Amino acid sequence: MELDFSPVWKGWPQLLEGALTTVEITSVSLLLGCALGLLIGIGRLNPARRLVYGVCTAYVAAIRGTPLLVQLFILFFGLPQFGILLPAFLCGVMGLGVYSGAYVSEIVRGAIQSIDKGQMEAARSIGLSSSQAMQSVILPQAVVRMIPPLGNEFIALIKNSALVSLLTIHDLMHEGQKIISVSYRSLEVYLAIAVVYFVLTGLTSLALRKLEQHLKAGGMVQ
Amino acid sequence: MMSIQAASGAIISIRGLRKSFGPNVVLNGIDFDVMPQQVVVVIGPSGSGKSTFLRCCNGLEKAEGGRVDICGHTLVNEGRMLPEADLNSLREEVGMVFQSFNLFPHLSVRENITLGPRKLRGLSRAQAQIEADELLKKVGLTDKADAMPASLSGGQKQRVAIARALAMKPRVMLFDEPTSALDPELVGEVLQVMKLLASEGMTMMVVTHEMGFAKEVADVVVVMDGGVIIESGSPQTIFTNPAQERTRSFLQAVLSRG
Repeated sequence: MELDFSPVWKGWPQLLEGALTTVEITSVSLLLGCALGLLIGIGRLNPARRLVYGVCTAYVAAIRGTPLLVQLFILFFGLPQFGILLPAFLCGVMGLGVYSGAYVSEIVRGAIQSIDKGQMEAARSIGLSSSQAMQSVILPQAVVRMIPPLGNEFIALIKNSALVSLLTIHDLMHEGQKIISVSYRSLEVYLAIAVVYFVLTGLTSLALRKLEQHLKAGGMVQ
Repeated sequence: MMSIQAASGAIISIRGLRKSFGPNVVLNGIDFDVMPQQVVVVIGPSGSGKSTFLRCCNGLEKAEGGRVDICGHTLVNEGRMLPEADLNSLREEVGMVFQSFNLFPHLSVRENITLGPRKLRGLSRAQAQIEADELLKKVGLTDKADAMPASLSGGQKQRVAIARALAMKPRVMLFDEPTSALDPELVGEVLQVMKLLASEGMTMMVVTHEMGFAKEVADVVVVMDGGVIIESGSPQTIFTNPAQERTRSFLQAVLSRG
């Protein structure tokens, strides 16, 4: 058997275009996931606030307990039954963001709970409210501890984004499949796609490592 | 029996204070008054409820029974706490220093001190810094203003923590075993700052095992055991002629150690 990469070289601009869409969709989902994760994670800190805690816990259970692909299909193919027709890109971003938010929320909660409780007590003892203490004392310390697990989550998000190709979004995976459908060179094109994903995830972990080093140098981490 | 009135003029008045953790009764009916400018030292064996007693005085622990009046507010009355917003402003008047310092590790020494004044007293950054630098001078750490807490010794950390509490201009200072986590050679520098505060007329409640400090600085020594105050009096009385056998054996154990 011979490998023939010529369809990859010929289709390179198309693949790059797809990669750009992948970057776009993961970046927006990442922001959405972080915002949701922060809210949900904080909402799950105090079981005594039963409504907030209950809603947030149900969210995490439902999202983590069902496949991302099913969630994406519900958004894209299911909602139109109710007349809710969302653009594919929006479905992709919402699906990935909501999914990622559930995992980020556990990272947020774990990091916040790992901060010594003396920190909250000291902040409260000078008169700060619990939200002021959270904002000025707890979160700045917790964020540093979130970085390594967030790195894992971001990388998972980039890889999971390949599923949005099934929602007709022209991401890297989708563009690759278009090339395959005319060239029949599956192995070569999938290998090329794998390399591009690998570069994207590699760059992400490199950037996070730099960020962590930077914060350590600034004395934020002991 | 809990209806004894607060002594007139007391800045802290405690009546029938009760607190338990699960089945474990930690405070079992405490009555006590602190007058302005008094230095009260609380001693007693570990597990006697000293720290919990102190923490009930600024609402870090919620008392289940009894009443605490402090700085003109009723902090807690039969399990009902002051509303959150009032509690926060009350805490500005009641400074607290912890055994484990609890400095904010992500902020410089100066930022640790200015955080409260900037957020709560509405000071500008510049004004708060001027005040912080004065406090650092007072605790002898002028040269550490820009240092991060991780680079300080335990004694230095605790002095910064005292300065941080003082920055809110409190009327009462609570010290929860402020020297217990320190290496022996660093205890003196912290006690010195506390003596300075006492000499300036700060009202202080101090939980400590430093009997020398109690003898020298306290106006009143309170001895706790088993969640109650077993006796209180001048340092001279407590240390030379205690009324209770339990006090005597506790002091013997502590003093023979030194």
